[in-house]
Order: sequence, then C-alpha cells, then structure tokens
Amino acid sequence: MNSLAETWVYLSASPLFHLTLTLAAFQAASFVFEKGGRNPLLNPVLGAVALVVAVLALTGTDYFTYFEGAQFVHFLLGPATVALAIPLYRQWHRVRESALAIIASMLSGSLAAVVTAVGVLWLTGSSSALLATIAPKSVTAPVAMAIAEELGGLPSLTAVLVIVSGIFGAMFGPMLLNLVGVKDWRARGLAIGTASHGIGTARALQVNETAGAFSGLAMGLNAMATALLLPILWGLFF
Amino acid sequence: MIGYLTLILLCQLCGEVAVGLLGLPVPGPVLGMVFLFTFLLIRGHVPDDLSATADGLLRNMSLLFVPAGTGVIMHIKLLSDALVPLSLAVAISTSAAIVVTGLMMRLLSKGAPDE
Repeated sequence: MNSLAETWVYLSASPLFHLTLTLAAFQAASFVFEKGGRNPLLNPVLGAVALVVAVLALTGTDYFTYFEGAQFVHFLLGPATVALAIPLYRQWHRVRESALAIIASMLSGSLAAVVTAVGVLWLTGSSSALLATIAPKSVTAPVAMAIAEELGGLPSLTAVLVIVSGIFGAMFGPMLLNLVGVKDWRARGLAIGTASHGIGTARALQVNETAGAFSGLAMGLNAMATALLLPILWGLFF
Repeated sequence: MIGYLTLILLCQLCGEVAVGLLGLPVPGPVLGMVFLFTFLLIRGHVPDDLSATADGLLRNMSLLFVPAGTGVIMHIKLLSDALVPLSLAVAISTSAAIVVTGLMMRLLSKGAPDE
C-alpha cells in the first residue's frame, strides 16, 4: 500500500503520467467517436477533455501540475498552425479566384459572431466586463485573449469560451450548413474557420482538404480582422 | 524529415520574433504560416518530405487542443455562475457566424462549386 502511494507520488510529479493521460484520453474518445458512426455529439476533443477533467478531479490534481506533462502536446499547436500553409498552398489558385468573396464573407461572419455574442449577454443583463470577455470568442485563443484584455474583459475566461466555441462549431457546424444548403467545400471550410478557429479547422481537415485549407485561411484572416477592427468598433459603443 | 521539421520551427520562430518586435496583432504561428507559404510560392511545389512531416501534425491536430480545453477546470465557478447566458451566447453566436459566412460565400464565390 505504502509503495503504491510512493509510486503515485513519483508518477504525479513526472510529466510522463499526464502526457500519457492526454494521449490515452484522446485515443479512447476517438475510439468512441468512430464506433458511434462519427456522430458529432461524440466529438473527440470534448470527450477527451471530459475524461481528463474527471481524472484530475478524482485525483485532486490542479491544472498546473497537469500542464507540466500536457505542455508537450500543447506545444505542437504552433508548428501545426505553421503547417496549415501546405493545404493553403495546394488550394491557392481557388483562393485567388474568390479573394474578394472570401474577405467579404469572413468579415460578415466575424461581425455576426461579435454582435450576437455581445447582444445575447447584453439582453440577459451581464456586466460590461463579461461582454468584453465574450466579444472575441470566435478568434484563435492567443489573439482572443489579447483582445479581451484590451477591451477590459477576463482573458483566461475568454480562452475557455474560445475552446467551447471551437468544439460547438466542430460539432454542429456541418449540420447547420446542411440545413441552409451550403454544400460547396470552400464555403463550408470558410464558415467553420471563421466561427471555430483551429478546432474547427482540425475537424474540417479530417473531412476534406479544400475545406481544411479554407478553414485555416479563415482562421488567420479572422484573427487579423478582429484584432484590428474590434477595438475600434468597441470604442463606438462602450 | 528533420530538415523540414526544422524549417517549420524556424518559420514559427521568425513569426514569434517578428510579432514581438513589431507588436503585430496576429499570433506568431499565424505569421509563421505566412512565411512557410511564401517559401512554398518561391519553391513552386510542396516537397514530399515536407508534406509527410506536415500531414503528421495536421492529421492529429484535434488532439493538440486537449490540454488547453482542460483549462476549463480553472473556471468552473465563474462558468457555473453565468452558465445559461454564456451557453446561449456561445451557441447562438457560433451558429450565426457559420450560417452567415457560409451563405455569403455561396452567394459571392466564383468558379466551379466544389461539392
């Protein structure tokens, strides 16, 4: 018994356990997703996060201890984002032929995201700090956090809302696009990337390379547009 | 393999440094994507080894969001205090952005549709 406790102390102090936990949880969640006929409700990111959160709660582990192990996975987000240049390059001729359409659609969607998110919270009587927290929630996390800070929101809560928006878009985006009859992979990718940044892009890449390329492009453009325009727009109203 | 992984990391590093020095409103990796894209434009094609390295990263990109997503445990209290309005806002706003972008793109885009 004593040696089990000692082993646990050793394991929980080394990054190996939480790194393995992250990969194992994702494997398990992906297995359930595949077995469930790729039902969007069984989204593997959501499943894996739920599993990891459950293990951390059961073992009384705080997030910083967990992150010491998980940081090795988290680190790869940067190189993966850089690698999005490859699907983008392969689709470049199609991006160029619709450049204006892409920018106009992305800007409309970006504006719709901000206005509806802030509008719903405003109607339910939330504080102005919370409005600033949610405003940039469709943008990739590092940019969204910087914008929230600038507007007077809570950056770390913004990060959570960004992730939830990403998972929500990856889960329900394809269904919504079917519902309104948008079948073109370019439009589908652009829509998912504008609303659900990298998490949506990761999902789009698994379905169709054109959608993945347009989604990665929309993610980058929306980050730039929101960072430049939202603070100006915000100054007009608040 | 290692050569192209180095190139990807180098693009990210240049991106981070440029963003830090110039105070640009994009994350370093997004600027790194622009650098790698420029490399590809000059090169004129995607080298096979680069494609293999990048595919490994991109195929498993969903996994990479799990550590950040787990950060939700730090905000359970704040989230449960405003659970209904925050859920409504995220659901409505994400749906609106998807539908608006998708419909606008269908309306405006040129070239043969890809379905």
